[in-house]
Amino acid sequence: MMITNIEIVPGKRITKHMGLVQGSSVRAKHVGRDIMAGLKNIFGGELKGYTELLQDSREEAVKRMVAQAEAVGANAVLNVRFSTSSIAAGAAELFAYGTAVTLEDM
Amino acid sequence: MIDLGVFLTLLALGYGFGRYAELKHYKSIIQREKELNILPAIAARTPPMISKACDCNLVTGNVVISVDYFKRFISVLRNIVGGRITSYETLIDRARREAILRMKQQAHEMGAKQVFNIKFETASIYKGKRQQVGSVEVLAYGTAIIPSQGG
Repeated sequence: MMITNIEIVPGKRITKHMGLVQGSSVRAKHVGRDIMAGLKNIFGGELKGYTELLQDSREEAVKRMVAQAEAVGANAVLNVRFSTSSIAAGAAELFAYGTAVTLEDM
Repeated sequence: MIDLGVFLTLLALGYGFGRYAELKHYKSIIQREKELNILPAIAARTPPMISKACDCNLVTGNVVISVDYFKRFISVLRNIVGGRITSYETLIDRARREAILRMKQQAHEMGAKQVFNIKFETASIYKGKRQQVGSVEVLAYGTAIIPSQGG
C-alpha cells in the first residue's frame, strides 16, 4: 500500500479511481499528562506526552484510512490530507483522507 | 501579599527556564538543520517527471510546544496596547522548524533524496483558565521520494 500526498506518482499510471477514503480517531488526554502540561505551562518547552499522543492517534487514523482503501481493492492512496479539530474540552479529533486508486507500472 | 509573591516567583521561574529552554532549543535546531541540509524539502505539488521509477512514502513530523508563564504575561500586556507579540512568534517559529526537522529525519531514515509537497497544520490544543492559547501543535507532512533499489 502506497500512501503519498502528491497527485501523480513518477513512473506509475493510475488505472482506476475508487473515490475518497477516510479515517478518523478521537482521543482524550489522561489526567497525569494534564498535570504535567500545567507545569510545563509555567516553564515552557515541549509537551512530549501530547506529541506522542497526537502522533499515535494520527497513525491510528491513517491505519483506518488504509483499511478502507484495502476494502475497496485499491493499492495506493494519493493526495492524503490531515485535519485536526477539537470537538470538546480535552478531546481532539484527528482526521486523514485521500483518494484511493489502483496504480500500475508504466 | 502572598499572592503577589507567588505571581512574581512564577514570573521569574517562567523567564529563567523559558529563556534557557528557548536558547537550547534554537541551538539544537540550527545544528540539526545544518546536518539535514542534504535533504531538500520542497513545496512543489508534483515532483519533476523522471523516467526512473521510485518509491513514495508519506512522512510526518509533529511537535507540541508550550509557552511559559512570563511570555503569557507579556502577551496579556500586549493585548492592551496591540502590536506584534514577539514572544509568540518565536514559539511558533520553533514549533514549525522542529516539525520540519522531525519530518526530514524520518525521510532520511528511509533513505529519501527529497521531500515533496510539504503541508502544515497548526492547532492550539490547550486552553488556559482564561481561554488563552497555552500550547500549539504543528504538524508538517510531505512525500518522501526514495530511489528504487533496482534502478
